[in-house]
Amino acid sequence: MTGARRLWGGAARTGLVWGAVAVFLALVGMVEAFAGRQIIAGVVSLGLTLLFLTGLASGYQAARLRPDGHATLALLRGALAGTAAGAAVAGLVIAGRLLNLRRVFVSASPTLFALLSLDQGAGGAYLPVAAGAAAGALGAAGPLLTGRARRPLLLGLGSVLALGLFQDLLDPVLRATAAGMAVRDALFADQGLSVSGALIAFLVVGGGSAVWAGQGATVREWVLQLPASPRTALRLLALGLGTVLLLLLPLGAGPFLSMVLVLVGLYTLMGLGLNLEVGFAGLLDLGFVAFFAIGAYTVGLLTAAGGLAIAQFSFWTAVPIAVAVSLIAGVILGVPVLRIRGDYLAIATLGFGEIVRLLVLSDFLRPWLGGSQGVLGIPKPALFGFELRGPEQLFYLTLAASVLVAFVAMRLRDSRLGRAWMALREDEDVAEAMGINLVNVKLLAYGLGAACAGLSGAIFAVMVGSVFPHSFQLLISINVLALIIVGGMGSMPGVVVGALFLVGLPELLREFAEFRFLVYGAALVLMMQLRPEGLWPTAVIRRELHESQRAVDSQPAG
Amino acid sequence: MQPTWLWKLSFVDLSLWAFRAAVMVLVAWGTVGTLAAATYSGETWIELFVFGLSQGSVYALIALGYTMVYGILRMINFAHGEVFMSGAYTAYFVAEALASTGALNRNPIPSLLAVLAVSMATSTLVALLLERIAYRPLWRAPRLVPLISAIGASFFLQYAFRGLYGSGFKAYPEAEILRGKWIIAGVSVLRSQAVVVVAAVLMMLGLYAFVMRTRTGTAMRAVSEDREVAALMGIDVDRVIVVTFAVGAAMAGAAGFLYALVFKQVHFFMGFVPGIKAFTAAVLGGIGNIPGAMLGGLFLGLFESVGPILILDGLGIVAPYQLKDVITFTMLVMVLIFRPSGILGERLAVKKA
Amino acid sequence: MALLTSRNLTKRFGGLVALNELDLEVEEQSVHSIIGPNGAGKTTFFNLVTGFYEPEAGEIRFNGVQIDGLRPDLITRQGIARTYQNIRLFANMTALENILVGMHPHLQSTWIGTVVRSPSTRREETSATRAAQDLLYFVGLQGRGDFLAKNLPYGAQRRLEIARALASRPKLLLLDEPTAGMTSGETVETMAFIRRLREELGLTILLIEHNMRVVMEVSDRVTVLDYGEKIAEGQPGEVQKNARVIEAYLGRRKWGRAAEAEDA
Repeated sequence: MTGARRLWGGAARTGLVWGAVAVFLALVGMVEAFAGRQIIAGVVSLGLTLLFLTGLASGYQAARLRPDGHATLALLRGALAGTAAGAAVAGLVIAGRLLNLRRVFVSASPTLFALLSLDQGAGGAYLPVAAGAAAGALGAAGPLLTGRARRPLLLGLGSVLALGLFQDLLDPVLRATAAGMAVRDALFADQGLSVSGALIAFLVVGGGSAVWAGQGATVREWVLQLPASPRTALRLLALGLGTVLLLLLPLGAGPFLSMVLVLVGLYTLMGLGLNLEVGFAGLLDLGFVAFFAIGAYTVGLLTAAGGLAIAQFSFWTAVPIAVAVSLIAGVILGVPVLRIRGDYLAIATLGFGEIVRLLVLSDFLRPWLGGSQGVLGIPKPALFGFELRGPEQLFYLTLAASVLVAFVAMRLRDSRLGRAWMALREDEDVAEAMGINLVNVKLLAYGLGAACAGLSGAIFAVMVGSVFPHSFQLLISINVLALIIVGGMGSMPGVVVGALFLVGLPELLREFAEFRFLVYGAALVLMMQLRPEGLWPTAVIRRELHESQRAVDSQPAG
Repeated sequence: MQPTWLWKLSFVDLSLWAFRAAVMVLVAWGTVGTLAAATYSGETWIELFVFGLSQGSVYALIALGYTMVYGILRMINFAHGEVFMSGAYTAYFVAEALASTGALNRNPIPSLLAVLAVSMATSTLVALLLERIAYRPLWRAPRLVPLISAIGASFFLQYAFRGLYGSGFKAYPEAEILRGKWIIAGVSVLRSQAVVVVAAVLMMLGLYAFVMRTRTGTAMRAVSEDREVAALMGIDVDRVIVVTFAVGAAMAGAAGFLYALVFKQVHFFMGFVPGIKAFTAAVLGGIGNIPGAMLGGLFLGLFESVGPILILDGLGIVAPYQLKDVITFTMLVMVLIFRPSGILGERLAVKKA
Repeated sequence: MALLTSRNLTKRFGGLVALNELDLEVEEQSVHSIIGPNGAGKTTFFNLVTGFYEPEAGEIRFNGVQIDGLRPDLITRQGIARTYQNIRLFANMTALENILVGMHPHLQSTWIGTVVRSPSTRREETSATRAAQDLLYFVGLQGRGDFLAKNLPYGAQRRLEIARALASRPKLLLLDEPTAGMTSGETVETMAFIRRLREELGLTILLIEHNMRVVMEVSDRVTVLDYGEKIAEGQPGEVQKNARVIEAYLGRRKWGRAAEAEDA
């Protein structure tokens, strides 16, 4: 009896927590800001989808309170939780009508309350409750579905959401060709997917996934049964196809997407560099942006047309110098922190990063570095008389640099130096007792890492055409560290994945700029709890997780 | 074979020694230059001094939170600056309401106490949520994981408050009794700054008494000494951690209120820089060391206020106040390099073999 | 001639004297054991020899060279290697990588050579890997080179730690309680292994051990420490009968202040 009561109480509590989340989303301004974004034209907006998702989540969680329980009861629990969540939103609507919440909460506008009560005026307060109950029951139905049905359903809905979200990006790409135009007309209305388009997308993706669930295993088996040489050929084919696609990417993507890709590339470069320090050698560095700045300023001062320039080199002469200067700077700033460990190291390097930025920004060094005005008029690089003008062309430069750095990093990882770095990461004292000269090994990590950042900064300088101190905030260091961890510590593909997720995705969702860091922060917190090993962990860690999973599986039940 | 004494004379020691000597020479050179030029009157110095003290007491109060949490969890609560911001920002609305009804000037002391209470309560609430949601699940994770979580939480809180309260600066209403100056021992002092210093000192004394005299305080010290042993002694470690976060946050909330008295405006990003400064203060005093954080904060505030003119002006650097943070960070780096145990020393010994 | 000599060696932690004016000589190609109650200063002595600590007074000579206060990596390059009381392998590296790290001082490749994969680097990597495989075989871990160190069973971890120490081709090997936590069967194997180390590799071995049976059977010479002082030294049989030793072990077995210092 008390068990049942606790269960229902738990469901109500779950609902209230998600209700609080919904109220937060409303008050923080997301619901209203996203309401303008139609996922399916005239039917569903992103703002309401967000609220509906909290209802779904509450129902799902409430149903999972007792996973093996009775189905009807689970549905009822879900509905209860959804009702509670809806009630919280309704409470907000009523409070908004009675009080002037706007004195405190800037987003608590009449538009918001109209939205929440679906334009039904004061009488509409019951609507969130009803919608919540429905969403909760739906969410509770989730765990009841078999995996076979759930996957296509989720993928179908997910693809509708993604298509609606990225419509603006896809639009110019699709318009470029006649076939694309036809796809566009079939799927999209002016704002968001058309109803039929949404249905098509849902059916195609969901159906495709259902078919794959049936046939995928056979295909995989077929590939595995192939003898070695065709399999290698198949893999090479896939690799070649991938390379060609990557090379053609900017042509189809247009300037904006290319720009985003260049940014992802620049962060990948920095990530690969920082990965040498943090991922391989375990040296935490939060001042990494300093070397990015040093690379950028070196190129700026060596190539710019303005009065600050000290030379008029070509880009190709300036880049090696910039890389060398960054490398040396990395070593020099590495010396004082050689004996600092762990968290302290992070803070000390953070200090150095800030010192560099503040010095560059100051009037004191203005005659040499331009102060807050920065260095202007950096010419675009030319290759064989061909100017790398826009992001489409610079993409190739970034790609080439990333491939080069990744190659170097890969070779280093499996070498004497790489092993010394790893030993250092695992146990600094024992590493030293193994005859490893900590000074050399650490300074190499700092220097090589900084060189990568310098290279990235050099490309950044020509991309923007000018360098300002404001481009070198602490935020960049934090971003780079975060992308390494989100990708998976020490994993090089992980760096690319991390850059795509933490730099690419937010750039693409730029219109939600105001909430970019809100989502980013929440994502980091969630990620550390749900997947602390990263999105693409190193092979060693993957095997480790696999082994421990097997150990859990093989334990006797009960 | 090389003589062995040569091996001992390491290149690292030499460069560190050179670095230290260079900084010292610069500091001495600048100070002598400034004092010899005598551009600034005694009054200016006193003003700078008092301002430095009041700013330092704000740092000190924030630093307590860093130091206490680090002492117990060995973790840098990167979002602590945001805890400080949340209190000050939320309390703004109370202060504003009190000012618009006239209560702030009619009953200034209860009104100010109410604002202080709201600030402390909000910060505490935010810190408890932070601990529950972002940190507690990560107890046993590798050290980098909570740090990233804390960085994420810091972003989240900044932009959550921006979304909730708006992105502009908000001017804190000022109570009439805190306007103007007092003459204390022949020295005229801004009232608001004097109140801030006194209030901060009272808070710190209270906290010190709490940690040294109460049962909970004793439990906190025990846990920071050795968590496992404390747990074996029957101390509820989870509860102690929660209390630590709460107490540290309450101090940060109080700091938020005092900050508003001195600087008279709030903003969603206001926690970031003072957060880093307060962390510096905590390191300066020896992280994990409560009196150290207090001293470190006061010292940092003073140095930041007096330092740019005292040192940089004499070096002939234009616009020395632009470089005040350079001074702070240089000090941070120097302490980490040369005396990582801080001014008062850290209790935890570095374990080697 | 003595391979390792300490004269007048003193180490203090605050007010506590962990090691007091210790004179010790370890003969070449001998197995020399250091015994004593917990906190007697045994591990402190190891930490001084390997450069983890700097002594307050006295000197240590190895092969005629003064090594006290030298950086640990340079001491290792002189030909001293050690294992740890609580195993300290590089947990997230494979067994093979652990051994390759041990070979670090003898490898020459530079980072540039690695990046361009110069012939000499490639040759060196191949031969190093082969040597590491041989070492795995020598300690009976053949076929387990790809295991992460932390996933190996306890006894295998102890042996891997010894293999890693051997990889630096030491003249002197310091073993800190190699049989701690072992079953009696494993202990017997370890004893045989220690003898092999001396006979096949010609090593000098300095051993900290609590198991008296091991000490009595493998040692050529035994030094007994108590509260940082040498209270007896001699052949195993002599030491066993020494009255002060018996007193130290049975009379006033104290655990406490001194034991803490040893762990610090």
